[in-house]
Amino acid sequence: MSELAVAIVPVVALLALNLFALATILAMLRMLMGPSLADRVVALDLVAALAVGAIASFAILTEQPMLLRAAIVVALVVFVGTVAFAMFLEKRGTP
Amino acid sequence: MIDLFAAVLTCFLMLAGAVLSLIAALGIFRMPDLYTRMQAAAKTATLGVGCTILALAIHFGDTSVTMHAVLVIIFLFLTGPVAAHMIARAGYISGIELWQGSVVDEMGSRFPPVPRHLASDDAAPPDAEQCPP
Repeated sequence: MSELAVAIVPVVALLALNLFALATILAMLRMLMGPSLADRVVALDLVAALAVGAIASFAILTEQPMLLRAAIVVALVVFVGTVAFAMFLEKRGTP
Repeated sequence: MIDLFAAVLTCFLMLAGAVLSLIAALGIFRMPDLYTRMQAAAKTATLGVGCTILALAIHFGDTSVTMHAVLVIIFLFLTGPVAAHMIARAGYISGIELWQGSVVDEMGSRFPPVPRHLASDDAAPPDAEQCPP
């Protein structure tokens, strides 16, 4: 019973990776369609969050805890980028 | 026994995180305007990614990995609302319309109609209508 449960973890990780891929496709479509720049920035923020989740699932799938460092870096960089985009939008004044 | 418990918890948290992230992406794809899209994306994706990172921490069960995972979760929960609030504010000031079916616009009485200019913005044209005091 215990061996079965441990063996099923990579299968669930692969399923989660596929769900993350589907979600990323939907967010990318919004980034392509988005009527204004703010919509695209929101979609970019979501894509980065999904990338962090996909990296975590991939770390479980490949048994590589080092990959968590990459997730930290992605989360840090994208927050700064989103805030910079928001300040730029506010200064620019047109949608 | 502890292996079984950790594996079941890992699977559950990972699936919950992936499904929540998919719901966030569906919300950002289907919602009608910027503000509803953003509230669908910010809250749901933060919780979903937090669940997935927590699954990683439980799966490895290592002190170093757990500390990093807790760090990522705290950072996500701190920065997600801040980024969403800043984009919503910038979008509102730059004049993005609300959805037709929106019920209330509490910021509407605090800003002049489109085009809006911040009183603190030095680059505002001189003939622009100023914010009410």
